[in-house]
Amino acid sequence: MANTMTGAYALMEALLNEGTDTIFGYPGGQIIPVFDALYDYKDKLRHILVRHEQGATHAAQGYARVSGRPGVVIITSGPGATNAITGIADAQMDSTPLVVIAGQVPAGILGTDAFQETDLVGITQPITKWSYQIRDPKEIAWAVARAFYIAKSGRPGPVVLDFTKNAQFSQVDYKPEVCNFIRSYIPVPEMNPEKIKAAADLINNAKKPFALIGHGVTIGQAEDELMQMLDKADIPAAWTLLGESAMPTDYHLNKGMLGMHGNMGPNLKTNECDVLIAIGMRFDDRITGNLNTYAKQARIIHFDIDPSEIDKNVKTDLAVIGDVKATIPAVTELIKEAKHTEWIASFDAYYKQELNSVIKNDLNPSSDSPIKMAEVVRKISDATNREAILVTDVGQNQMVAIRYFQFSKKRSVVTSGGLGTMGFGIPAAIGAKIAAPDRTVCLFCGDGGFQMTLQELGTIMQENLGVKIIILNNNYLGMVRQWQELFFHKRYSYTPMINPDFQAIASAYRIKSKCVSKRDELDNAIAEMIADDKAFLLIVNVEEAGLVYPMTPAGGSVTDILLGEEN
Amino acid sequence: MENKLYTVTVFSENTPGLLNQITIVFTRRQINIETLSVSPSAIKGIHKFTITVVTDLDSIKKVVKQIDKRVDILKAYYNTDDELIYQEIALFKLATDKVLAMGGIEYLIRKYNARVLEILENCVVIEKTGLYQETQEMFDELQKAIGVLQFIRSGRVAITRGRVERLSDMLAGIDSKMKNK
Repeated sequence: MANTMTGAYALMEALLNEGTDTIFGYPGGQIIPVFDALYDYKDKLRHILVRHEQGATHAAQGYARVSGRPGVVIITSGPGATNAITGIADAQMDSTPLVVIAGQVPAGILGTDAFQETDLVGITQPITKWSYQIRDPKEIAWAVARAFYIAKSGRPGPVVLDFTKNAQFSQVDYKPEVCNFIRSYIPVPEMNPEKIKAAADLINNAKKPFALIGHGVTIGQAEDELMQMLDKADIPAAWTLLGESAMPTDYHLNKGMLGMHGNMGPNLKTNECDVLIAIGMRFDDRITGNLNTYAKQARIIHFDIDPSEIDKNVKTDLAVIGDVKATIPAVTELIKEAKHTEWIASFDAYYKQELNSVIKNDLNPSSDSPIKMAEVVRKISDATNREAILVTDVGQNQMVAIRYFQFSKKRSVVTSGGLGTMGFGIPAAIGAKIAAPDRTVCLFCGDGGFQMTLQELGTIMQENLGVKIIILNNNYLGMVRQWQELFFHKRYSYTPMINPDFQAIASAYRIKSKCVSKRDELDNAIAEMIADDKAFLLIVNVEEAGLVYPMTPAGGSVTDILLGEEN
Repeated sequence: MENKLYTVTVFSENTPGLLNQITIVFTRRQINIETLSVSPSAIKGIHKFTITVVTDLDSIKKVVKQIDKRVDILKAYYNTDDELIYQEIALFKLATDKVLAMGGIEYLIRKYNARVLEILENCVVIEKTGLYQETQEMFDELQKAIGVLQFIRSGRVAITRGRVERLSDMLAGIDSKMKNK
């Protein structure tokens, strides 16, 4: 039986066919037919009207990271599409599944510099897994099915569908399609039993094994499998920014954070271990520092689903390519139960040093000193029983939040890792809350990042979303200020900020708020913030000249750690 | 690491925008493309790109993996010259009167194993197929003797020295997997 409809309605059907229930979007001239169709699908497709297309993509990222399902974005052509680029690039760097559908001028006038025309496919090819222009409504069922399959399979990532207006308008006989195979695309390479055996042998012979946990473990939903492996062979582990909530904070083999502002133990032990087991991570320069001095003593095993990550930055001795959900248990099967008590205990000395030099002062500064970011983060983490979802913006607020927030649940960190996008926070928190309405979502941002996307407070107001926003306000672009203090002779070039009355902004959006400058007011303010499930803006005026330590300067070795005692 | 000439062979689906997807992988790493040739392969619906670049082994390995990763790319390979049989084609346009006046054109054509494609009142077009050095040498000689009105050289085409076509084996593997799905 013929099922004739316009391309716009066919898009609705194709989205429903993929299980879509939420869309983040913003209408405009070249996507009006699609929004007209959305009007008839209100009961099946929840459309969140953001305030800027960048917000749509970041919100979809927050949604995807928390739910594990692709985030869907619908925007218009030209400026709508270019505004979305930052979020698309961010999703590509952090392997986040997005399906971005953009309006485009009618096919007949493509290439004429028509009003609001831009070459979106050309612009997005370097920053997407796949980018395709739909010019004929007959392609809709195929293209949407393919887009979702590509976005979510293998190493996930963003996909763009550039949807010409004529294809939205004209009639098509719609038949749903399914895509689970593309002959030129191998999303999950087959696991090689010889490599599994070799990995098990290396681990069995290791005296000082050390595991590095990345985002891939969360994406692959292999958190339990990971801990079974670590438990069996008694392997201490540390995590990258995006790998954080794969293991609970209090898991006995969780030794903390890697990288530029990571914990001392994990960074120093990278250059002491004999077998380094990297799982679903990509040896970013913020993790490795100088590659010439990185883990030279160790045999390196790299688990990854993406063969192009192998030997990209760090030369590995053994690559275990495949889905970690399958490769980790296969290795676990072959490894012997072991104990590395002494090796694991050797992390403690570094932890004590960091505790005394950095952590104690971060969490319990002297009572007459200004509030520190870390104590705010830890108090909120405690007040939410380590069960909240942490969303961060980018900068000092991010590093401190990642360092001091604690976790008991999986899929609880949403942060912009690879691209380091300021302004990510507010929209990402919106997406996170929509994906997990029953969980508390705490966003930490700085005064700078907050002002990059604060228009999304309008989205929070309109959708009545109970996002808890904490501005760690130091009246500076703090991370750049930190580099200026340490490496640019304290020349604070354009980092001080004259800030608006943040509470007045909150009240304009009918969001409750509190501003705290004194330490003894903090507990009550936090209690008020989390007393209900409504949106709340907590502004905490923190130490202006605060520095995040430990710090490995860019290009330095993982062993070149500054603790801040130099001053 | 030592720089040398590598030939990258890419097999892809015949979809729009593939060339851009391949070239941006080189652009991003500041690797200059020396020659490029694109044509349908022996297998219907599959296109073949042959690209030569000068770079080091580490870079070419990474570049080929990045190209291979693109959804619509079936397979990308890299080879050095000793693993390939390869050719380029060059066309020379010469002024007819100068060719006639020169004498010895027969000698040149025999020497370079070239052939005459067209003789017109005002120009002669000669084709020479061979290695880059050979077409270049012939160009230099003609340019010096009588001047070359126009010269064009194609990108490299290459096939491997092995007996089997790498791609057809791969496709057979994919087909059998698809049937088992």
